[in-house]
Amino acid sequence: MTDAKPIISIRNVTKRFGSVVAVDNVSIDIRPGEFFALLGPSGCGKTTLLRMLAGFETTSEGEIEIDGQPMFGVSPNKRPVNMVFQSYAVFPHMTVFDNVAYGLKVTGVPKNEITGQVNEALSLVHLEDYGRRKPDQLSGGQRQRVALARALVKKPKVLLLDEPLSALDAKLREAMRLELVRLQHSVGITFIIVTHDQDEALSMADRAAVMDRGVVRQIAPPGELYEHPNGRFVADFIGKVNMLEAKVAGQSGGELVVEVNGMGRIVVPHDGAAAGDIGIAVRPEKTILSADKPGGDVVALKGKVCDVAYYGNESHILLDTDTGVQFTSTVQNDARRVESSVVIGDNLWISWAPGNTLVLAE
Amino acid sequence: MTDVVASRRRRRRGVNPLEYLKRPWMWLTLLACFLFLYFPLVTLVAFSFNSYKRGFIWKGFSLKWYEKALNNQSLHEAFFNSMHVAAVSTVVSTALGAMLGLALYRYWFPWKGTYEGIAHLPIVIPEICMAVAMVTFFWAIGIELSLSTVIVSHIAFTIPFVAVVVRARMAGFDKSLEEASRDLGASEWQTFWYVTFPYMIPGLVAGALMAFVLSLDDFVITFFTAGVGDNTFPVKIYSMLRFSVTPEVNAASTILIAITLSLTLVAMIMQSRWTKGHKE
Amino acid sequence: MEDWRKNKRVFAVFMGPATFWLLVFFTIPVIVIWVYSFGERGPLGQTYLAFSFDNYLRAIEPIHLKILWKSIWIGGLSTFLCLIIGFPVALGIAFAPDRWKNPLLLVVVLPFFTNMLIRTFAWIVVLGARGIVNTGLGWMHGQLDWLFTLAGQPDLLGRFTPLGLLYNNYTVIVGLVYVHLPFLILPLYATLEKLDRSYLEASLDLGAGQWRTFFSVLAPLAMPGIVTGCMLVFILSMGNFLIPDRLGGTDSLMIGNLIAQEFIKARDWPFGAALSFVVMYPVFIFFAANAFRARYLERARAET
Repeated sequence: MTDAKPIISIRNVTKRFGSVVAVDNVSIDIRPGEFFALLGPSGCGKTTLLRMLAGFETTSEGEIEIDGQPMFGVSPNKRPVNMVFQSYAVFPHMTVFDNVAYGLKVTGVPKNEITGQVNEALSLVHLEDYGRRKPDQLSGGQRQRVALARALVKKPKVLLLDEPLSALDAKLREAMRLELVRLQHSVGITFIIVTHDQDEALSMADRAAVMDRGVVRQIAPPGELYEHPNGRFVADFIGKVNMLEAKVAGQSGGELVVEVNGMGRIVVPHDGAAAGDIGIAVRPEKTILSADKPGGDVVALKGKVCDVAYYGNESHILLDTDTGVQFTSTVQNDARRVESSVVIGDNLWISWAPGNTLVLAE
Repeated sequence: MTDVVASRRRRRRGVNPLEYLKRPWMWLTLLACFLFLYFPLVTLVAFSFNSYKRGFIWKGFSLKWYEKALNNQSLHEAFFNSMHVAAVSTVVSTALGAMLGLALYRYWFPWKGTYEGIAHLPIVIPEICMAVAMVTFFWAIGIELSLSTVIVSHIAFTIPFVAVVVRARMAGFDKSLEEASRDLGASEWQTFWYVTFPYMIPGLVAGALMAFVLSLDDFVITFFTAGVGDNTFPVKIYSMLRFSVTPEVNAASTILIAITLSLTLVAMIMQSRWTKGHKE
Repeated sequence: MEDWRKNKRVFAVFMGPATFWLLVFFTIPVIVIWVYSFGERGPLGQTYLAFSFDNYLRAIEPIHLKILWKSIWIGGLSTFLCLIIGFPVALGIAFAPDRWKNPLLLVVVLPFFTNMLIRTFAWIVVLGARGIVNTGLGWMHGQLDWLFTLAGQPDLLGRFTPLGLLYNNYTVIVGLVYVHLPFLILPLYATLEKLDRSYLEASLDLGAGQWRTFFSVLAPLAMPGIVTGCMLVFILSMGNFLIPDRLGGTDSLMIGNLIAQEFIKARDWPFGAALSFVVMYPVFIFFAANAFRARYLERARAET
């Protein structure tokens, strides 16, 4: 699979708005049939990048190829991609049917073929009976389905989705995630989704690119992003993390000796290269709380409970540790009890297996 | 060959599909439109400084037409009449129009749509229709035409403009500000005075300016509703145009243009300062 | 919005004065001339109240119908030209970078704040027999004449006769377009400014070109602004008095001039009143239809 020709190839693309660099020397290859996510906080350039793929923004530098064709100077209507807009942009002056038929009509598809294709697309998104409605008679979720059908009926090589779920309420959003994945499997088209919501990206995408201030920090499958972030930004942006600053003191045979601020030396397993100032981190759910100092091969810190936040299924315990950094530990509430066993002011040890330590070079 | 391609590429780089202003045809259209809008006015102003009397051949810079216009007793009188009419009608129509705009923004009442339709008619019917209606009305109830009838008519046709401007301003008002004020213990009157009114002010300024300029510039309604010999500035210029087109008319026109334009600019600058101050 | 019954006194204080003024000094005058339009003219120019449709019948006599027809086509053509010129301008400004919008708008509306009479006069300065265009042409003629004289053909061109650019229907149209252009640009700009760009992007994205997008998406969505602007310009052009009066020729008489004539010269007020209602009835009908349409749409939306 990995050696298949990329359907989209973004090479050293930069976009400047005046003196502001919105996208800074980005290179990404996207494989055919992939569900790819562009993930990052608002203003990181992910939407700009998507709009450059669609042709709404020109590139300041670099090249974009779609299906082997350079997209330079190709206007949006000539590109083999279609987009689902954040606001859906379902034409308010046309019926649902006309909206979906629009893309076929303007490219000269014969009339007798249009009806069949439109109905097929509408049934794909479960809107068979809505063809004659006007957009203002539809709910937000239905309008989004129209936008999806309208783009899919064109059978694009790539479907671009700009924050498609952000305007929906929480329950519907969850359902739509599954729906989008199902849809992608059934049509087999490459999907590229822009989102600021890490849960969305992790649960739907095959791979994701994490962006920060115009730069791609890491491109990897969701599991790898979470378990092996390559830097402080990715570790912090995806999931919760407890982070300490450290310095590399030595490396030998898959083990790294680091000098941690306020904690002393610890040894953690690490394969890649690392030198100088690094960050080390651990996920809250991979830590263990104990009243006594834990024995065995663990990394342990002493701290005082400063807050207990109850979330129903779990509780987050905040500790002021000796390092001066606040740590969070997640405790599963796997039995019914109203009172937490941990109370503010308790002195506890927080520990984790060295193998769970994230080494953050960047 | 590669140079040509490269330069074409460079040009294409900068233009997004919806950046119409970056396309040459758009620039040309805008430029042509602005030329069309300004060429006649600029010519008119330019020739008010021409020393030559007959026609529009440039014979050197001169201020003598201004001297002549400024020493023209009947122009003086017309100017002061205009100012008088515009000032009085602006004060009244701003007050009434602002209250109307506020009420239309705030209240719902039966037949509101119809009411609004009728109240906005003075904006949309041709001036000549309103002018003949006014003159017939005054004649029918036996009021002699004078500057007062001009003022009364001007107020009637500027009220809707003020109401529209004030209402448009209020459309951006956040109602929860009023609720917050009431919640903090202010009375309805205090809330209006300290919260609603300050927000309204830019709309008031814009409305007043609009009323003033409309009144100052009006010709048709004034022409019909003014008594014999009650000239306003535009009416005077009209009669000057009928008899002789000398650069004195250009000079008088330029003075009127200068007054209205500087008023407009001052009000616009004031308004933009104001809204900026509110934002920060 | 609050119900007026919640605070009747405040409502009355705010609504009262303006309502009173508009009722007495606008609505009643309009009703008065409406009544007059059914009246009869006495031998000395006085008006007798009556109930006859004679004035309206006179208004559609061929000689008057011709003037009405002329007003309609001159008004219509001016509106069309305003639309052709105004649409790209409004589009350009609405899609300009934010910091450019206000300056560009200012440039468009500034002439609107100068007196209409002066703007009309300005065209006399430009197009008159001794206006700047003819002066320029005369100068060029002189230069050519001199060249031909040098070439030994002194009398080839003859004397320069100024072109009769003023006082015809075309000048009237130019003047009407000139004066009313901002009335079209402003409502169009307001509509286009509010328009969600992603509709246009979606259209381009789905394979439509710029022209197709313009006619299938942009124009339909901008229709409210187009209709408002065109209606305004058409009514104001058709009923204009000043421009045909100053820039038009003897055959450029429009309905506005006819009304003025009946009131000033002929002193046939009932007929003048009927003529002005011939202009106003369509305006009333248009606005009533618009109001009904708005109410219908609101109700339709409320039902779903």
